[in-house]
Amino acid sequence: MYKYDEYDQQMVDTRVAEFRDQVRRRISGELTEDQFKPLRLQNGLYLQLHAYMLRVAVPYGTLNSVQMRLLGDIADKYDRGYGHFTTRQNIQYNWIKLDETPDILAELATVEMHAIQTSGNCIRNISSDQFAGAAADEVIDPRPYAEMLRQWSSFHPEFLVLPRKFKICVIASEKDRAAMRLHDIGIKMIRNDAGEIGAQFYAGGGMGRTPMIAPMIRDFVPLDQLITFAEACLRVYNRYGRRDNKYKARIKILVHELGRDEYVRQVEEEFAHLLTQPIEPPMAELERIMAHFANPAFETGAADDLDLSDPDFRLWVERNTTAHKQAGYIIATISLKPVGGIPGDATADQIRLMADLGRDYSFDELRVTHSQNIVLPHVKKADLYTVWKALDEAGIGTANIDTVGDIIACPGLDYCSLANARSIPLAQKISQRFGSAEKQAEIGELKLKISGCINACGHHHAGHIGILGVDKKGVENYQLSFGGSEGADTSLAKITGPGFDEDGVVDAVEKATQVYLANKQGEERFLDTYRRIGMDPFKEAIYG
Amino acid sequence: MKILTGNDLKSGAVIWWTGVGWSLDVNDSADVADGGAAIIAREEGVQNVFAAYVVDGVKDETGVRPGHIKERIRALGPTVRLDLTLKPSDPQAVNWVI
Repeated sequence: MYKYDEYDQQMVDTRVAEFRDQVRRRISGELTEDQFKPLRLQNGLYLQLHAYMLRVAVPYGTLNSVQMRLLGDIADKYDRGYGHFTTRQNIQYNWIKLDETPDILAELATVEMHAIQTSGNCIRNISSDQFAGAAADEVIDPRPYAEMLRQWSSFHPEFLVLPRKFKICVIASEKDRAAMRLHDIGIKMIRNDAGEIGAQFYAGGGMGRTPMIAPMIRDFVPLDQLITFAEACLRVYNRYGRRDNKYKARIKILVHELGRDEYVRQVEEEFAHLLTQPIEPPMAELERIMAHFANPAFETGAADDLDLSDPDFRLWVERNTTAHKQAGYIIATISLKPVGGIPGDATADQIRLMADLGRDYSFDELRVTHSQNIVLPHVKKADLYTVWKALDEAGIGTANIDTVGDIIACPGLDYCSLANARSIPLAQKISQRFGSAEKQAEIGELKLKISGCINACGHHHAGHIGILGVDKKGVENYQLSFGGSEGADTSLAKITGPGFDEDGVVDAVEKATQVYLANKQGEERFLDTYRRIGMDPFKEAIYG
Repeated sequence: MKILTGNDLKSGAVIWWTGVGWSLDVNDSADVADGGAAIIAREEGVQNVFAAYVVDGVKDETGVRPGHIKERIRALGPTVRLDLTLKPSDPQAVNWVI
């Protein structure tokens, strides 16, 4: 994985020193909160419902074991013994003290991490496929391109004050595991008919109060023009994106209002202009970055079979592992969704254990997924049982990936100052209602996502079943929706009808699964059955 | 009653105006009536508290209860981690919020 060069390290160290001085001036009274707020947000420090919250960037979700271990240590030393992995592949700490924040950032800098651009109207952490570099189905490892975009977007002077926040995703396989078309810019690395690698660009996707699926805006951008094309996309947005209304300021609104074709025309015009300005990094820089992402030293001839005589292990292998590109290896996803647990939360001890397992059994690599889980991307099959036993003993060996128990939930009203309703207790109730392995096996793949407000951090628009918490005259109420998807078949969920209280929505979810099971044909997933039979049978069961 | 809340500058902790100072416990809240804005201006000027605002609350024999669920969760702590709330040993704490 990528290692900082002297410039990267100097940038991060300089920012820590700068923020330390800003915190000092805030505490001494030299800066008012109005003056300080934009400065702390530029360093990922929010004020949430109970305390300061620090969001630490995990570039394209990739970590090494030293970084992961430090995340656990920070949870112990500066927080309350746990961290929360987010749908943006980052980690958040909920109980941070202002005067300790510079020390936290300084410790993060020692392992090449930071919280820069995890807030504010700038280009945020680049997200990617959590199986990058390991997946059997990828065209190429997308991370070098994500890293190049990270370097381009970090402190980019033109794009630090955009009309609104901006999220970019890079994938490189047909099976979209990163909700690529629900980003401001989605980039899919592809190989064209001539065998050349390039980038397919999508723009104007997003969730929030106005969910939209990004249309393709260019089917092939050559590798040596990738940054230039991204710059053109951003320039048009920065120039014409609305700054008068924050609810209409995202690029999706611009693309929608201009129309895809007019946005493309303007981008192409800007792109042609930029090609006359040599802004593209030299290919030697891409090659330098790519060298950091060379394959680990996989053992050739490693045993490709697994002893599945332990039924619990067998279930975990079925649910939580994915084919690896290298024979004898497998991708293991660690569920941070134990039955009745808090989605995405991990204790300091669990974080350190995962770090150790990454170091000992996954070539020192771990990944954070947008589904709030952790991946060990390169586990030798011969080691898998040992890994699972360790996870199981630590309470993170649950076998439920992509089932109804693998719920995405934002922090909701338990932590978030923007939320209207709690998400986590609802996730816990649903997780318990569908907690048995038999029930999950019967229902199969069902992606359930919960947001505590219209900002949709819990991705409810993209859930096979989505739940949105709203405030109905001071009482929590939950809107149910069906039919969303974040994969290659991206779609937006449709609201079923009137909302429910907390218990009511759990019952409604159960009725929906009963409709699915009664109507399922062959190997259909919940989503497939919904798409085939439509909303009416579900509404009838829920409201009839 | 009108109660005044804010956050402690260094810790970020939720705090409540008691009439003479700030407390972590909402039950210590004083009724600021129409005087909230003046207290906010004075207290934020001292720089130890920020993001202060006035909310509705009700006082009865059990204590002070903010009017909106969001403020009750702020006052208590996360309902999903009672061990981290102001009432870690009270199993009824969530009922107070809801």
